Amino acid sequence: MKKNSLKGWLYLLPAMLFLGCFMVYPLIDVLIYSFEEGYNSASQTYFGVGLYNYSYVLRDPYFLQAVKNTFLLVIITVPLSTGIALLISLGLNAIKPLKNLFQTIYFLPYVTNTLAVGLVFMILFKKTAYTDGLVNLLIQAFGGSSVDFIDGPYWAKMFVLCFYTIWVVMPFKILILTSALASVNPDYYRAARMDATGSFRVFHKITLPMISPMIFYLIITGFIGAFKAYSDAIALFGTDLNAAGMNTIVGYVYDMLYGNSGGYPSYASAAALILFAIVLTITCVNLLISRRRVHY
Amino acid sequence: MKVVLQNLTKRFPARSKKEKDVIAVNDFNFEIPDGKLIGLLGPSGCGKSTTLNLISGLEAPTSGHIFFGEDDVTRLPPEMRGVGLVFQNYALYPHLTVLENILFPLQNLKGKDRPGKEEMLEKAREAAKLVQIDGLLERRPGEMSGGQQQRVAIARALVKRPKVLLLDEPLSNLDARLRLQTREEIRRIQQETGITTIFVTHDQDEAMSISDMIVVMKAGVVQQIGQPQDVYDDPVNLFVATFLGTPPINVFDASVRSERLFIGEEPVLPVPGVKDGQVVAAIRPEGFVLDEKGPFSLELRRVEVMGRDTSVVSVHPAMRGVTVRSIIPSRQKGAVGGNRVRFSLLSEKVFLFDRETEARIRFDA
Amino acid sequence: MENKLDFDLLEKRAAQKKALSRCVIYFFLVLWALMVLFPFYWMVLTSVKSYSSYNSEYIPSFFTLNPTLQNYADAFTAVPLGRYFLNTLIFTLVTTGLMMVVIIPAAFAFARLEFKGKHLAFTFFLSLMMIPNELVVITNFVTITNLHLRNTFTGLILPSVTSVFYIYLLKENFEQIPDELYRAAQVDGTSDFKYLLRVMIPISRPTLTTIVILKVIECWNAYVWPRLITDDPRYYLVSNGIQEIRENGFGRENIPAMMAAVVVISVPLIVLFLVFRKKVMAGVSRGGTKG
Repeated sequence: MKKNSLKGWLYLLPAMLFLGCFMVYPLIDVLIYSFEEGYNSASQTYFGVGLYNYSYVLRDPYFLQAVKNTFLLVIITVPLSTGIALLISLGLNAIKPLKNLFQTIYFLPYVTNTLAVGLVFMILFKKTAYTDGLVNLLIQAFGGSSVDFIDGPYWAKMFVLCFYTIWVVMPFKILILTSALASVNPDYYRAARMDATGSFRVFHKITLPMISPMIFYLIITGFIGAFKAYSDAIALFGTDLNAAGMNTIVGYVYDMLYGNSGGYPSYASAAALILFAIVLTITCVNLLISRRRVHY
Repeated sequence: MKVVLQNLTKRFPARSKKEKDVIAVNDFNFEIPDGKLIGLLGPSGCGKSTTLNLISGLEAPTSGHIFFGEDDVTRLPPEMRGVGLVFQNYALYPHLTVLENILFPLQNLKGKDRPGKEEMLEKAREAAKLVQIDGLLERRPGEMSGGQQQRVAIARALVKRPKVLLLDEPLSNLDARLRLQTREEIRRIQQETGITTIFVTHDQDEAMSISDMIVVMKAGVVQQIGQPQDVYDDPVNLFVATFLGTPPINVFDASVRSERLFIGEEPVLPVPGVKDGQVVAAIRPEGFVLDEKGPFSLELRRVEVMGRDTSVVSVHPAMRGVTVRSIIPSRQKGAVGGNRVRFSLLSEKVFLFDRETEARIRFDA
Repeated sequence: MENKLDFDLLEKRAAQKKALSRCVIYFFLVLWALMVLFPFYWMVLTSVKSYSSYNSEYIPSFFTLNPTLQNYADAFTAVPLGRYFLNTLIFTLVTTGLMMVVIIPAAFAFARLEFKGKHLAFTFFLSLMMIPNELVVITNFVTITNLHLRNTFTGLILPSVTSVFYIYLLKENFEQIPDELYRAAQVDGTSDFKYLLRVMIPISRPTLTTIVILKVIECWNAYVWPRLITDDPRYYLVSNGIQEIRENGFGRENIPAMMAAVVVISVPLIVLFLVFRKKVMAGVSRGGTKG
C-alpha cells in the first residue's frame, strides 16, 4: 500500500510542481504583495504592512474609470449577447437547410485572434485624414453625422467596445444554446403541437424552462468573462488605455505591473484582488438566483 | 368519431442516391368504426408509428385521404384535428406539476372555447380521476413511477375531449407486471369515455388482449384487419400466423400428395381440395392432441410444466426454428415419455401456405 | 360542404404563416452571418488593395479589380512577421506538448490509482480551477523577471503549461473506461505505465484531440502573458506582433499591409477549425470559454 501511495504522488508530481510554482505560490504571494506598503521592485524592499495599497487603488481616478468602464461593458454586453444568441439559436433550431453552414460561420470569431480582428474593427470605425471609415460613411448615407468611434466621444468608444465584445463572445453562446435547444426532446414540441399550443407559449412554457440551466450557465460565465475584458479594448484602442479613457480593471492591473506606468506590483495585486472579490460576489449572487429559478 | 383511411401512403425520400425511397405506409384502407379500440400491430419498422403520425397530423401523407366522420382532415394541421396523442416516453413537461401538465392543453384554448379557471380545474380533476391519479396532482413527473406517468399522459390527452385518442407503444416503458395492469386500465378508460382509440404496439399479446380490432402490418403493407380471435384463427398469410400467438406457431416444410399433408414421410392430415406440391404447414401449439396411435411422430426433448398447461418440447427434421412446442392439458403429462411422442392434429389449427408467396392455401376442414 | 371550405382556408393560413416565419428567420440568420463575415471580407479585401489605391479611396470600394500581393510581401519583409509566426509555432507546440506530458499522468493518477491523500489532492486541484489568471500573473511576472527569464522561450512557456481544467476533463474521460480493462491488464502483469500508454491513451484519443485543439487555439491567441514577458521583438508572438505593427510597423497609415498581416495570422486557426470543425465545436461546448 505504501509503495502504491508513492507511485500515485509520483504521477502527480509534474502537475504539482507546475501548479505549485505558477499558481499556489503566486496566489499566496499576491495576497502578501497587496498588503506590503511602498514595495520597490528594484530593491525588493517595503516600508510596512497595511491597507494602504487598497485605499490608493480605490482613490485612483484611473482605477475608478476602469471600474466604470468594466461595469458598463458587463451590464450592456452580457444581457444583449445572451439575448441575441438565444434568438439566433432559436432561428437555427427552426431551420434545416443551410443550418450547418450558418453554424460554421457563426463560430468563426471564436477561432480568430482577438487582437488581429480588432484591427479590422478599428479601421471600419476609425476616422482618419483620408477617409471617415466605412461605418461613418454608412451613417452619413442615412443622414447622420459622422463620429470618430476610436478617438472620439466616450459613448462612441464604449459602443465600439461593446459591439466588438458581443461579436467575440457570440460564438460560444450560440454554440451552447443551439446544443441545449437540440437536446430538448422533440416529443415535447409534438405534444405541445397536438394541444394547439401557441408559439409564444411553447417558448415561454417549454423551451425556456428546459434550457434555463444553460442560460444561467451562460450568464454566469458571461459575467466572469466580461469582468475580465482586456484584449478587446487593447485591440481597438491601443495599449495606452488610460489615455483613451477606455481602460478595464484587468487593464489597470497590467498597467500597474508593466509598461510606462508599471512597476507597482502591490497596487496591481490590490486591484486584482478587488476584481476577484467583485467577480466572486456577483457569481455567488447569480448562483443564488439561479438556484431559486431553475427548478429541475 | 368514425375514422376513415383511404389509400393512405407515406413515402420518405431516399437520403442518398444509392438508397431507395422508403415506403413507410403503402395504400392503407380502413374504416375504423366509432368508439372502438384498435390495435396497430407489427414488428418495428413496419409503418405502424408512421400511420399513427399520419392520423395525428404530425406527418403529412404522400397520397390518400383521412376522414374524421365526414370531414376530410388529410391536410389539416394537427392542432386543429382535435386528436389526443400519448407518446411512448409520455413527453410530460418535467418542470410542471401533474395538475399543470393536465391543464396545459386547456390553457391553450382561445376565445370562446376557453373555459373559465374553475371549469378548467374541474375538467383536469375529472380527467385525473378517470385515470385514478387524483391524489398525486401536486407531484412532478420525475417523482412518479412509469405507470403513474403513463396515466398522467393519458389524462393530459383526454382532458380536451379529443375526437380520437392515439397511443404510441403505451406499455413498452413499463415492467411486465405493470404492463398487464395498465393494459386493463387502458381498456377501462376507453370503454368509459367511448372515444375511438388507436394504439400502436409490437407486442401481439397486448394487442390481442384488449383490442376490438387489430391491424397487422409488415413493411408498410397491411396484412390483415379483423377481430383478434378471427385473425388468430384464420390468418391470411404465414407472416400473420407466425406473428400472433404465444408460444409461437410451429412451422414445417411439408408437401401435399393426393390431398394428404405430409410432414417428413408421415401423412399427418387429410387436406381435401389442395393440389399436390410443396407447402409450408403451420400448426398452433394447441393443435397437437396427444395420441399413441396418432399419425405425427416427433423426437421428444423435454416436458415443461407451466401450471394449468404442459408444454411438450420436441424436434423434427422438417421444422423451421429451434424446437416444436405443443401444449397439452397438464393432467395428460403422464402419458408423455420415452424418446418419441405421437400426436394427431386438429385440422382447424393447421394452416397451409404457399412456399413462394406465403399466402394461405385453404382446405375444407 | 361549408365545413370543408373552412378547412381549406385554415390550412392555407397556416401555410402562409409558416412561410412568413421562415422568411423572417432566414433574414435574421443571414443578417448575423453577414455581420460575422464582413470583417473577414473587409480584411481580405483591404489586404489586396494597393497602398495608393486604398488611400485614394475616400469612399472605400467594396471590391477591387486589380488585386495585389505586394502587401503580403511587405508584411513579411518590413516587419519580422515570419519570426513572429515561428515564435508562435514554437510556443504553441512546446506548451501544448509539455502540458500533455504533465496532465496525462495527473489525470491517470486521479482516475485510476489509489493512494493516500488522493481525495484531498483532487479537491485542492478543483478549488484551483476557480482562481482567475489575473491574480497569479502578477507574481509570475515578478518571478520570471527575477529569474532573468524575460525574453526567453522558457519564461514564455513555463507558466502557460498547467491547466487544472484539462486535468479535470481528462480524468472524467479516463474514469469512463471500464474497471475490467484495468483488472484484466493487472492479471496479465501489465504495469500501470504500460497500461496508461497502451490502453488508456488510445481509448481516450478523441478527448485528447479535443484538449490539444483547445490548447492550440489558446496558445495561438495568447496575448497578455507574452506581452508582459517580452519586450524584445525577436520573441514576440503573433498577437504582440500585430500590436507592435499597429503601433510602430509599416508607418501608421499602411493599412493594407497591416491587413495582410492580420490575414496571415488568422488563416492557420481558421484552417484548423474548418478541418476539425466537429471536434472543435464539441470540445468548446464541453468546456471552453474564450480566454
